[in-house]
Parts: sequence; structure tokens; C-alpha cells
Amino acid sequence: MIYREAGQFKTSYASDQAIFPIAQDRAVVLLALAAAFVGPPLLASEYWLQAILIPLLIYSLAAIGLNLLTGYAGQLSLGTGGFMAVGAYAAFKLTTAFPQVSIVLVFLLSGLVAAGVGLVFGIPSLRIKGFYLAVATLASQFFLVWLFNKVAWFSNYASSGTITAPDRAVLGVTVTGPSATASARYLTALALVTVFALVAKNLVRGRVGRSWMAIRDRDIAAEIIGVRPLRTKLLAFGISSFYCGVAGAELVFLYLGSAETQAFDIGLSFLILFMVIIGGRGSILGSVLGAVFIVLVPIFLTNAPHALGLRLPVALQKQIELMVFGGLIVFFLIVEPRGLARLWQITKEKLRLWPFPH
Amino acid sequence: MTDLLYLVAVAPFTDMAGSPAFLVEVLLGGVFAGLMYSLVALGFVLIFKASGVFNFAQGVMVLFAALTLVGLLERGVPVVVALALTTAVMVALAFAIERLVLRPLVNQEHIILFMATIGLNFFLEGFGEMVWGANVKRLDIGIPDRSFIVRGVQINQLELTAALTAAVLVTVLALFFQKTRIGRALRAVADDHEAALSIGIPLKTIWVVVWSVAGVVAIVAGVMWGAKSGVQFSLSLIALKALPVLILGGFESVPGAIVGGLIIGVGEKVGEVYWGPLVGGAIENWFAYVLALAFLLARPQGLFGEKIIERV
Amino acid sequence: MNARTLLTMALAAAVAAGPAVTTALAAGEMFVPLLVYRTGPYAPNGIPLANGFNDYFNLINDRDGGVNGVRIAFEECETQYDTKQGVECYERLKGRSPVLVNPFSTGITYQLIPKAPGDKIVVHSSGYGMTASADGRWFPWVFNFPMTYWSQASAFVKYVAQQEGGTDKLKGKKIVHVYHNSPYGKEANPTLETLARDLGFELTLLAVDHPGQEQKATWLQVRRLNPAWIYVSGWGVMNQVAVKEAAAIGFPMDHVVGNWWTGTEADVVPAGEGAKGYKSMTFHAPGHGFKVHQDIFKHVYDKGKGAAKREDVGEVLYNRSIINAMLDTEAMRLAMTRFGNKPLTGEQLRWGMENLNVTEKRLEELGMKGMLRPLRMTCENHEGNGTAAVQQWDGKKWTIISDWIEPMRDVVRPKLEAAAVEEAKKLGYVMRDCAKEK
Repeated sequence: MIYREAGQFKTSYASDQAIFPIAQDRAVVLLALAAAFVGPPLLASEYWLQAILIPLLIYSLAAIGLNLLTGYAGQLSLGTGGFMAVGAYAAFKLTTAFPQVSIVLVFLLSGLVAAGVGLVFGIPSLRIKGFYLAVATLASQFFLVWLFNKVAWFSNYASSGTITAPDRAVLGVTVTGPSATASARYLTALALVTVFALVAKNLVRGRVGRSWMAIRDRDIAAEIIGVRPLRTKLLAFGISSFYCGVAGAELVFLYLGSAETQAFDIGLSFLILFMVIIGGRGSILGSVLGAVFIVLVPIFLTNAPHALGLRLPVALQKQIELMVFGGLIVFFLIVEPRGLARLWQITKEKLRLWPFPH
Repeated sequence: MTDLLYLVAVAPFTDMAGSPAFLVEVLLGGVFAGLMYSLVALGFVLIFKASGVFNFAQGVMVLFAALTLVGLLERGVPVVVALALTTAVMVALAFAIERLVLRPLVNQEHIILFMATIGLNFFLEGFGEMVWGANVKRLDIGIPDRSFIVRGVQINQLELTAALTAAVLVTVLALFFQKTRIGRALRAVADDHEAALSIGIPLKTIWVVVWSVAGVVAIVAGVMWGAKSGVQFSLSLIALKALPVLILGGFESVPGAIVGGLIIGVGEKVGEVYWGPLVGGAIENWFAYVLALAFLLARPQGLFGEKIIERV
Repeated sequence: MNARTLLTMALAAAVAAGPAVTTALAAGEMFVPLLVYRTGPYAPNGIPLANGFNDYFNLINDRDGGVNGVRIAFEECETQYDTKQGVECYERLKGRSPVLVNPFSTGITYQLIPKAPGDKIVVHSSGYGMTASADGRWFPWVFNFPMTYWSQASAFVKYVAQQEGGTDKLKGKKIVHVYHNSPYGKEANPTLETLARDLGFELTLLAVDHPGQEQKATWLQVRRLNPAWIYVSGWGVMNQVAVKEAAAIGFPMDHVVGNWWTGTEADVVPAGEGAKGYKSMTFHAPGHGFKVHQDIFKHVYDKGKGAAKREDVGEVLYNRSIINAMLDTEAMRLAMTRFGNKPLTGEQLRWGMENLNVTEKRLEELGMKGMLRPLRMTCENHEGNGTAAVQQWDGKKWTIISDWIEPMRDVVRPKLEAAAVEEAKKLGYVMRDCAKEK
């Protein structure tokens, strides 16, 4: 009912290959995007922006990055936190050394630095696979966090050992640092996610993405048809780390404001991996949906007893929250192992036929 | 430049040669620590071997087992009864996991099963803490954490006991796998699920058995680590120390877990004591991973790993 | 309806219902958020800290009817000692317009410091947090009285000098600092390094990586160095293992001194007998023998409103937290003498904190005589004139064994002021002129 593509004929390859070939889809997505840009800054409270939406966007970006590597290229990685730390520290060093450089450019450059580091730590993927690779990437996680903690140069010899985001403006509006408003930071994060999601979507539809999927599905067969595993895998590590690096820089500059290496510990790596698996491997939309799930469900579980008027001790509440969250993950995997993206797809198919399913 | 080279390549060795008693102490410390890692790694190996599941919840199982044991002891239950009850709890847990998690997820990809164990990890964290509380609990196993000196080398009684326990446990497990009917069935399942099923090996029973055995291994690991630091939430983090052992020894090899543990233990202690000060110390955590990684690059299947690692 | 549909609908409902936050504050109340960690790896420390706050605020409300008649409303929010969850808690509870926050985590403190001036919320990090924020000229909204990590480290060196029989005896003595490899753990390093240069003792820094379950290598190094004294800056599981390892290598326990976050009941219990003689720094007395504890028993526990188990009242961290709560309420009381007996604004409370003067007489009235030294704050000095002491574990309880030790303020303060300039510059602050403040 809602979806009627009857009468929409494709007359060119370009229109047939569009990301959203159906007109209604395009309209809905554009409207949703416009709403995301306009709605929250006007309507949402600071709590929503600062504690939920901004981290959500940043995690989405990191999850897209990891999804490129794990979901599309099939390389399991637990080094995400380390690569995000590279981005954060690179951005801090760059912007304190060159304050006049635009912060957006700094984000991109720190993404490149992270990509370089990612390339180096991606080398073992040529020899090892699967869980062995996942555990091996933990080496980068532990080493990088140790390095930033140990070498005071990275934090500009701060007595506190933490890095702090200075005030930086884009087009005259302060977007980072303590005096930036939550709305400004939100919009920056949203703009970056939108652009990079679009880039990622086009990347995976093109030659690069197809070669990643070939490697993922059957590496030996891929090699035979001319996909070079060395280049393809390293490219996946590089681009994925670029995304993670930008997300890491955002984490400090747009969300936390100041951070120590603890903010990039192994827990972060796992968190992003959850998002990818819950959201759906091999789906850009899934990465975002996964981030929504992982950020919102715990907050929902924390607030649900409150809303019902139940006053549980906080410790008990947290324990119940952990149990429910864990149970939910298992339940979710049993019901839909292909993730939220798949659920969304099914819902869409149903809506297309509704109310006459046959 | 030559100074640096000297510091890295010569000084540590002259240091070692200078005080051989201390070197022996470092090596022994590494051996003991390594065996403690092996205890945790064993649990991973058992489950991976028989069901292909990378059980991330092994660390929490260690915590849960130790919490249950200490909780019972604190309530005045005699040691033997408490041990029996804890074993019963771990077996019950194995049944529940098989029924509620593994069976519905049969034939799913490895990464999905891995993810499910992370869900299990969350559940057990919350559940264990809800039942037994979050305080540090003292676990006294009757062996004093004291040292004695043999020819100028200090040896810790508790660590010695833990090492011996680990050695016994491994021998028993190896025999169990090699000699018993169930052990043979386990190996058959590990080789080929479907072939095993077709000759009448009950897959479900096997899963319950391995998860139960892993639960018992978790009790031992929990007791040994708990005696060191007190039984507390952080016990679940020791899983991270077991992972480099796993990639070094191979996910599917019981002896690999032991030899891997020894290499990692000795490697990281020697690295930390002799080379750590050069870069400011606290290198143990990543050094273990880098050591394992370097090894892996030379021998991708791990120490005793099977040649085909494409299965994951 | 199949499971998949159910899941889809449940998810949609959860997202739609989302974080509905209930806010209700009765008139004439002041709201204080409590960022606690009763679960997770740091819960053994977080539980007594949270209980002390609950009990003291309940005492003030039930015995006195609040601070000068203004009741204190408080709500706990579980952070698991995790910075991101802490920020979420802070933002959520900000909806109830608090004017004061005690983060109880150095990581969360760092997050809140930049927010404080804008939100007009006083950040009180009592004995932790950013050392540089003790310079009130640069950090008007942040307080870390009664003492900073740097003052603490200098007090430790003073104590060692006393034990060795004079500052000149320190020359050539070996001191090892075993620290948690994090910004918190490294706090004491610059002070110890400066003092090592000035006083001529040999300092060795040994880092323990997070979480610190395995410290064999560290203690092997300690054994080889065979130092005269060991100073430990640990947190969480690192504490228990450090105490245990020190005992295991047979090191004389009365020469191992923890900082004040490395000296609680939970830290020594797992080591059992081995921990006997272990020492730690503190800025207050342990135990439940003070009048304030009798009041807490009478007005809170006898009415069944106690947060802790009765026998846990008087634990080191419990006492630390009631002292923290007392200092907060005293600042409120002081501010009310100037601004009237009604709920305060952030600025008003800030004035109260800055002019706080807890005298010996006042401590006696509060039932805390002997529990801590009188404390006085100024506009410039937000760490106040706190003093430290050394306590020792005798196998059953902690007891103070030293006199109150004045930190070496002449050594610490100039470094602190230099650090304050550097930290404040990062946040774009300007120095205020304290002479102009009344």
C-alpha cells in the first residue's frame, strides 16, 4: 500500500543502479535525513543530544568502518578501539600543532593516519584468518593503547596525561571544545556520518566492494579470477581504519571533550563489533541500526523500571539490565542471525504488499 | 646508535648472566604464570575442539564458578560439599546453555555463535553478581601464599601448587580424550560433526559433556586465580590473558594450551623484566600478543594446530 | 504472530519509548546526583563510597530536617566506573537541576570539569581528580579538598623521612613507586621525581598495566632492587594483588605504603594474614567509634533506612564518603548564612565551597572530632590546608599510626600553579583575580 513502484520504469542503467531505485524510498530517505538535520537541534533536550544522539552517530561511523572490514571483506578485527585511539591522538596532535587548519580537514587527516596504522596491523591478515586474526588484531589494540599512554609526547606532555579538545570552528560556528553547543556538535557528527555512509555505500557497490566480497566468500576462487588478496585485504584494513580513525577523533572532539586512553580500551572494540553483528554484517544501514540498538537498549532498560514507577536499587537494576541485555542478544541471534538490516528488509517487503499479502 | 644496540641486544643478556639465580626466578615466575594462563585457555580449547564455538564467556564462567564456591563456603557449607555443589551448578549451566543457546543456533556461522557467547557473558555477569554480590571475597584454599628459598631461588608455595594442579588436570584431560569412550566420541565430533552423527554419536550429549568439563576446568581456574586476588569481578578479565596462549597453541590442542601458556608466560616475564625498563615497563599485556603474533606469522596453524585453519 | 514479528515490534516500541526521564523535585529541596558504582570491577570500592553518601544525607534529612530546613534530595545512578556511562548519568540527572556533583572517578571528573562553568554545577572531587584544579584562580568551579595526589606523595616522603630518622637519612635510600599505568597512577610521579632530586633518594618507577591481575614481573623487579620503601598507587584488582605479591616475596609489609585509594578493607582481606602491617596514606580516621556514627546508627539504621550492613559502617571508604558529604553540606550551610535558607544556585554554593572553614569546634559539633583535621578553603586554594596521616592494617582493622603530616606545600604549590596554567589554557579559561572576590 505504502510502497507502489508500479509505473516506475527504468530507462537508463544509471537509474536502475541507483541506491534507492524506488521514488518513494528516495523521498522517505531524504525526508528522514532532513528531519535528522532539523528535528533534534530544535526539539531534543541536551540530554538526548549529548548522551544519546552524538555517541550514536559516532558509533555508527565506527560501525560502518568495521562493517567494511568484517562484513564485506570478511576479516574479523578486534582492534577497532586502537585505531580509534590513533585517530583521536592524531587529531589532537594535528590541531594543537596547526590551530589554523580547519577541524574537518584535521579529522580527515587523522583518518589517514589511522589508515596508515591500520595497513601495518593488517599485514598479518595475509597469513592468518578467522578467530586467529581476531585475536591477533588484539595485539594492535593493546600495543596502541599502551603507546599513547606511555609516550607523553602524544598528549603534549600534559601533567594530567589526558587529551582535551580545544575550541575549533567550522564556518564561524564553534563545533568542538567546551564552548561548542550540543546542537553544533550533533550537526557536525551527522554531516560526517551522512557523507561517509554515502561514500561507503558507493564503495561497496563498486569494484572495490565486489573484490572484498569475493575475498570474503571464497578467497582462493577470488584469487583465481584475478582479485589480488594482498591489495584487497590491506585496502579493507586501510579504509576501515580510516573510518574508525575519524570516529575516534569525533569521539574525543565532539562527544567526550577530553579523554585518556581508557576511553579506547578493548570494551570499545567489542562494542563496535556487537553493533556490526547485531546490525547485520554486510550492510551499511545495518551498522547504523546496530549502533541504535546497542546505545538505546541499555538506556531503555535503565529507564524502563523508572517509567513504570518501580524503584529498584541501582545495583540490582544494573544486574537485571545486563541479564536482559545478554538474553536479548542470544534471543536476537536465534530469531534473526542476519541482523537488524534483515529485519528491516523483511518489514519493508511486508509493507510493500500490505494490506493484501497475497 | 651503538648504545641503543648495546642496550637492546647485549645489556639484558649480560644482566641475565650476571645473576643466574634471579634469571631462574624470572623463568620460574614465567612458568607458573604461564600455567595459570593455560588453566583458563584449556576451557576455551575444550569447547572449541568439540563444538567449534569460540566461547568468549569462559572468563565469566571462571568468575561464576569461583563466586559460587566462595558464596557456598561463606554460608558455612563444608568444602567437599561446596565443591560438589559448584560442580553441579556448572553442569546445570552446561545443560541450560546447550538447550537455550547452542541447540537453537545449530548450523549457524561461527561468528554468530561467538556473539551468542558474548550475550551469555553479559547474562552471567549480571546473574553472578546479583546472586553473590560484588564484594571482594577471600578464598583460602589452605595453602599459604608464602615463599621458600632453594639455592637462592625464591619459590612461592601457592604458585607451585597451582602449577602442579594444572599439570595434573592436563594429564587427566589428555587421558580422558585418548582413552575413554566419550573422549573418542569427542574427537570424532571435532573431526566431523555429520560423520559423527551418522555413526550414532549423540551430538547434544557431547556438547553437554564438553561444556560441563569446561565448567569444571573453570572451577579449578577460579580457585587458583581467586586465591591470588580474592574472588571478584575482575576474574572475568583473565580471559584476555588466555587469548595469546590460544593463538600460539592453537584453538584445538590441549597440549598446545599448555606449551603455549609456558611460552607466553616465560616470554612476557623475561620481556618485562629485562627489556621492559628500556621503554618504561608495563609491556606484558601487548608483548604477549606480539609474541604470539610473531610466532603465528611464521607458523599460521599455531604450535599444534591442525594444518587447515580455513574452517573459521 | 511469530518470533520475528514480535522482535520487530518490541524493538520499535523500545526505541519509541526510549529514555523517558521522570523529573520531579519538591519545592524547598536541593538535588544532589550520586554517580555510584555498585557493580562491575570497581564495585568493592564503590559500594562503601555510595553507602556513606546515602547514610549521611539521610542523617541530615532525618535528624536535622535537612540543611537549615532545606532537605537534600538525592538519586543514585550506576556508572560501573565507566566514563561514558558516567556522562550519560550526569546528563540525565542534570534534568533535576543539581548544583553539585561528586564524580568519584578521575575519568568522569575530567569529563565534567569543562562542563562545570556552563552548567553552573560545582564539581567536588575529594582527594582525586585533576591535581591542577586545586588552583581556584583558574578553576573556580572545581574543588579537590582536602588534598591532592601531589600533596599526598610529598606527605609520604615526609613520613619516610620521619621513619628513617631525618630528611638527610633519605640520601641513597631506594624507593619504588608501583603504579597503575594510567593518568591516575602516574599522578604521583612528578612529585616523587622532584623530591628524589632534591633529597637524594633513588626512585624507581614500576608500571603495572590495567587491570593488574598479573604482577609477577613487577614484584620480581622489586625483589631484585630490594628497596627500603614501596609506594603503591593502585585501583581495583591491582590493589589486592599488589598487597598479596608484596607479602608473597616476603617484603616487610610495614615498608609498603599505599596511597589513599590503595588502603581499604577490601584491598587487604584477600591477602589474609600476609597483609598484616601493610600501611596506607589517608586523610581521615577509620572506624565507627565517632559520635557521627552513633548518630547514623540511631537516626538511620535503627529506622531501617541504612544503606550498608551495620558492621560495614566505619570502613575506610565509608568514612571518606561521609566526610565528603559533610564537607558538601557544610558548604551549603555556609552559603545559606549569606544567601538565605532556601535551595541554592550553583554560584551560591560555589561561594560556600570557596569560603568553607571547618573548625575544630565545628567538627566536634558534627561528631567528627579527631576524624579529620580542621579545613579551610580560599579563593586561590581549592585543595585547602588538608593534612595526611598513615594508617596500618593489623589483620583486623585499620588504625592511624602517625601524626598528621603537613604536605610540602612549598614544593607542590609552584608546580601545581604551573600545571594549572597549562590545563586551563587548553580549556580557554582566563585567570580571575581573587582580590576582587568578596
